[in-house]
Amino acid sequence: MAVMTRPRPAAAHAALPVRRYRLDTKGAPYAFVAPFFVVFGVFGLFPLVYTGYVSLTGWRADTPGSESAFVGWRNYVALWHDPFFWNAVKNTIGIGLISTVPQLLLALGVAHLLNYKLRGRTLIRMGVLLPNVTSVAAVTIIFVQLFGRDYGMVNWLLGLVGVDHVDWQAGTWTSWIAISVIVTWRWTGYNALIYLAGMQAIPFELYESAALDGASRWRQFRTITVPMLRPTILFTVIVSTIGSLQLFGEPLLFNTSQTPTTGGSQHQFQTLALYTYDQFWQKFKYGYGAAISWAMFGIIALFVAVNLVAARRMRGVDAS
Amino acid sequence: MRVAMTRRPALLFGVGAMLVGSLLAGCGSSSDGPAGDNGPVTLTVNLFGDFGYQDLYARYKESHPNITVKQNVTDYGAHHKNLQAHLLSGAGTADIEAIEIGQIAGFRPQAAKFVDFLGQGVRKDQWVDSKWQPATSQDGKALFGLGTDVGGLALCYRSDLLKAAGLPSDRDAVSALFTDWNSYVEVGKQFQAKSPDKNVKWFDAGSNLYNAIIGQSTRNAYDASGKVIVETNPAVKQAWDTTVAAIQAGESAGLAAFSPQWNTGFAKGQFATVTCPSWMMAYIKDNAPDTAGKWDIARIPGTGGGNWGGSYLTVPRASRHQKEAIELAKWLTAPEQEKWLFTNKGNFPSDQALWSQPEVAGYDNPFFNNAPAGKIFSESVKSLKPQILGPHQGDIGNAIGNALTTVEQGTATPDAAWKKAVADVRNIVS
Repeated sequence: MAVMTRPRPAAAHAALPVRRYRLDTKGAPYAFVAPFFVVFGVFGLFPLVYTGYVSLTGWRADTPGSESAFVGWRNYVALWHDPFFWNAVKNTIGIGLISTVPQLLLALGVAHLLNYKLRGRTLIRMGVLLPNVTSVAAVTIIFVQLFGRDYGMVNWLLGLVGVDHVDWQAGTWTSWIAISVIVTWRWTGYNALIYLAGMQAIPFELYESAALDGASRWRQFRTITVPMLRPTILFTVIVSTIGSLQLFGEPLLFNTSQTPTTGGSQHQFQTLALYTYDQFWQKFKYGYGAAISWAMFGIIALFVAVNLVAARRMRGVDAS
Repeated sequence: MRVAMTRRPALLFGVGAMLVGSLLAGCGSSSDGPAGDNGPVTLTVNLFGDFGYQDLYARYKESHPNITVKQNVTDYGAHHKNLQAHLLSGAGTADIEAIEIGQIAGFRPQAAKFVDFLGQGVRKDQWVDSKWQPATSQDGKALFGLGTDVGGLALCYRSDLLKAAGLPSDRDAVSALFTDWNSYVEVGKQFQAKSPDKNVKWFDAGSNLYNAIIGQSTRNAYDASGKVIVETNPAVKQAWDTTVAAIQAGESAGLAAFSPQWNTGFAKGQFATVTCPSWMMAYIKDNAPDTAGKWDIARIPGTGGGNWGGSYLTVPRASRHQKEAIELAKWLTAPEQEKWLFTNKGNFPSDQALWSQPEVAGYDNPFFNNAPAGKIFSESVKSLKPQILGPHQGDIGNAIGNALTTVEQGTATPDAAWKKAVADVRNIVS
């Protein structure tokens, strides 16, 4: 009997390391990823949820006690009828289109050129990234000088070919173009490097055999490079779309007046992010500002979804 | 006392700083622990723009060797925004916080979060009503701000440009030209017609002209009950119409205040006149040092008065060194220091007893062709009428200013611009 009972404690003793081992293999990965989720929870998820809560209140700085005034969907209803909001949506999409589309095409071209054997290739490849590592404030301040109405270099150059001085901040199109130039200048190199990385993963044999079949460089680019790059292009399109929908620093600093958050004298380049900031931090309408943030989140989610569906469609066409 | 605007010397830099400002400002509270009566104390002072205090801190240290002052300057917008946020969260305010007159009404609901200076041996009658009233709590019982400078208006002008256009350039003769704002606009037309350089305009920006005109009215954007009356106030309409008439006559250079283009405009002589509070003297000198002697100062057109800028020092109750902070704030706004600030930095003192003292009233500014700045600005502030202020004073003024900018830019007709302004005002208050 005594013999029978003996193994028991031994088994229990052996189970502990096993459990510890299991905990280690099953639990450790969670512990390793936990820091990200903790940080994300504190700085990402909590603000997101709290903003959602604030957006349902009538909280504004000029009304004491309004922070606990629950108003339901009223802020969102007001938003739906707010011409300034729709103006900001229009501006955001407009600036987004004319900054993203040429930018990505340009980046593709630059990447294609960088993919050739060039002298000092590494230097040039690093060089295209330089605009991206400069600060948005510094870049925009320089561009504001370049786009100056009276003494700006752009107007001076245009003057050489007989074009009258343009007040870049004043017009809708002129301000959109100027801001897009800033965005394009900063991000083309970044996207070019991503494309370049994608291109280098394309087997060289494909080009070789295409060349043997007599395909021109352009033909190679169109029928080998672009299709093989599709996942990379999809990635850059989504990232650029999100980036352009969140456009903030450039239009803020492009406005040199006393009211940088209004996006021009007629709100002609007030983007969604700028309008949120204006309502929240300039007009101190916390509840309403929060509602715009959430609306913006919804719009971005919508755009990304459209992107993905479109991408899937494209792939479907490809397969058939 | 209107004011949409204030001194913001380096706007672009400031806005850049604004992006990081909210992060940095979190470090603004007093750093060291509670100290005994004479233990070392570091006081933090949060300002917007240059108050000219740097030399004064050093002098204060001579008599208070245990006090070290750490000054933190952010731009106008970020400064007031951060202060609101820090009061809201109950942490992060400095020991002394400046508030500009265009923003002070927005802090009245939070008056209880500041030290009441009336309990600290401060007499409010050292300032005129128009200065201390805006810094009282809503029940009028507490005073939470000590007046620093005041921005009574004069008209700074380029005597050489006026002479070139065949106009009188002597300051008394120039003052006599403008009986009211309409005559200012009329003289502007003559200037535009006769000035040899067609790139020189009569004034800098429509928004500045508008603010000067409406500043002379007792009622601007708010009535006594706190209602926004922009759409119905005849004074607003009149100021708008006069300004629009001047813009349509081609008199505005269209250079928004505090923009880099505005600063360049001073240096390049792009405009002949500018509405000019006392602190503007230093601003012009800093931005256009080569124009020394070409500037002069005349009386402001209209009924006199009008105010642009001027500030208050406050001590938030959250300060850990309240006693020392109150003492420093009182010292910085004491007559002796205010006098020094006027003659050295151009900030006109808000302490009314100083206005008749010879060092102030008899001060001539050499940069402005020895114009009797002390005399002109004393007279200007004496004719100041108290104006009813409201919490969104600054934003409303800016909205109207932006609408005037669209008229200058030619992107909107005056009617469309006015509608836009009204829509903006409604967006602000509702």
